[in-house]
Amino acid sequence: MPNVAIRATGLRKWFGEGDAKTTALREVNFEAVFGEMVYIVGPSGSGKTTLLSVLSGILKPNSGRVSVEGVDIWSLNADQLAEFRLKKIGFVFQDFHLFPRLNTAENVAIPLILRKKDWDESIKEAAKYLEIVGLKGRENLPPVKLSGGEQQRVAIARAMIGQPDILIMDEPTASLDGDTGQSILKFVHENILNSNRCIVIVTHDSRIYEFASRILKMEDGRLTGIEERAA
Amino acid sequence: MNGILKLAYKLLVNDKAKFTALLVGIAFAVFLMMFVTSMFAGILNHSSSTVINIGASIWVMDPAVQTAANSIGMPDYVLDAVRSMPGVKYAVPLYSGGALVKLPDGTYQSVTVLGLDDNSLFGRPQLTEGKIENIYAENGFVVVHDSEFSKLENPRVGSEFELNDNRGVVVGIAKASTAGLFGIPTLYTTYERAIQYIPNPRYTISFVLVEPKSPGDIVKIKQQVKTLGYLALTKAEFMRRTSDFYTFQTGVGTNILIMTVISFIIGLSISAQTFYTFILENLERFGALKAIGTKSRELVGMILFQASFTALTGYGLGVGLCTILISLAKLRLPSYAAMITYTSLLLAFVMVLIITVISSYFGVRRVLRIEPFDIFRG
Repeated sequence: MPNVAIRATGLRKWFGEGDAKTTALREVNFEAVFGEMVYIVGPSGSGKTTLLSVLSGILKPNSGRVSVEGVDIWSLNADQLAEFRLKKIGFVFQDFHLFPRLNTAENVAIPLILRKKDWDESIKEAAKYLEIVGLKGRENLPPVKLSGGEQQRVAIARAMIGQPDILIMDEPTASLDGDTGQSILKFVHENILNSNRCIVIVTHDSRIYEFASRILKMEDGRLTGIEERAA
Repeated sequence: MNGILKLAYKLLVNDKAKFTALLVGIAFAVFLMMFVTSMFAGILNHSSSTVINIGASIWVMDPAVQTAANSIGMPDYVLDAVRSMPGVKYAVPLYSGGALVKLPDGTYQSVTVLGLDDNSLFGRPQLTEGKIENIYAENGFVVVHDSEFSKLENPRVGSEFELNDNRGVVVGIAKASTAGLFGIPTLYTTYERAIQYIPNPRYTISFVLVEPKSPGDIVKIKQQVKTLGYLALTKAEFMRRTSDFYTFQTGVGTNILIMTVISFIIGLSISAQTFYTFILENLERFGALKAIGTKSRELVGMILFQASFTALTGYGLGVGLCTILISLAKLRLPSYAAMITYTSLLLAFVMVLIITVISSYFGVRRVLRIEPFDIFRG
């Protein structure tokens, strides 16, 4: 099936050994296709973030296989995997993780700079993406001068500037008020999601469920339910 | 500049407080290291002032002599024996001793008296006033115009003083290429007058100054002098012997070493700690970079670049500050005993490199350990 973006089978992940062993993922199977916005929801400690990390090539599972666009990512070496993430996957972190000592445009340009693109061209490109996320004219401001919602938009612009096929968002509304969170997800749904892109979101926030294509429920390291939605 | 390095540069310099603290730490350490080693180099240079100013190729002396300031008299036959050695172009005696002069206002001042060979005046200084031949005039002395000159009440040609109840007349003012170490004025006169005016032990020749016929004769001359029971050293060897004496037998070298080590520790502790704090504060962002797709070696490169850039900038500032201060000091005290040598520069540079390596080591270790998963976990 050519439109499968991520396919994971038999994922198991545990931390520690012996009495300290904690199992985060128990035989998880997962699939996401291009053009959909998949939510992974569940209580704290259910394994959502672990699953997201395993799917995005950040945390190696103890067993199981993850294929992104047909590539078995955990068979790649560290450098190949880093390169793969840089080119194929965009990340929006819960706390944004913007560099306070860089201005907004420089923060957004980071993925292009890491791809060895010329600095000035990267900054120009970043300005375009800032315009897309509605932050035109804020290029030279440091992130601390922006509101939480604006910082989230900067983080989205940074994730998108490399035009990744997969966008990973970890608790994208956790640091935002309800209205801002909704407007951000609406923006993502309307402007970022397209038929060539797959977005995987981990969230607790039921107020943004309306934008999901599918909602996968997790509990105790297992996917316990799937809710198909008509978003 | 490579984009990743420019990113590292911006992350570093935009954190103005930390960057300033890092620069101050390294610059201060470099300044201290440079300053003490420059002072040491200056002291060593001044300690060899007589050797430098006289300029003889070979110095013959008693084997117990360590510096030109503390000579042991040699019998006249040594001079004759050296003159008769194959390979010797000429050899002349030099008197070097201390004396007290009574100034016109009745006060006494210690001086160094150098008695030059009466026939050749070998080792004579360059005069700025008067004529060298007037040194042969009755009671004639030449005064060196260095930083100690004023201690003789700024004499002029024709000024008089008393030396051991003998009248002395200033017949010339000379400039010295290198001032002495002990802060006392220097007088030149003829060898005969020096031993006549100054009370002396049985033997009066402090040094025999030798000019070889060719550089190849030096080894031969040294061997022949050794058979006489004396020591012949080239100018460079005598300077090194003097330096070694002050370095290893007076405690000066140990103190300088301790000061240098303290400077190094200060610089290391300030910069390593500040740099490590800088890395810790940015650790999550480095983790985010790792998650986005930065390779470990690129992160290491960023940290090494930041550490090296800080170190080299701090080094430049430290060297510049030291140079300015020494230059200012020399404006007021022309014979100020400090000189920046390539050795001092190299030593400080090596110290800075060590500081860089140690500072970045801990940062690199920490950054390599951070797992991008920790960023997701918060």
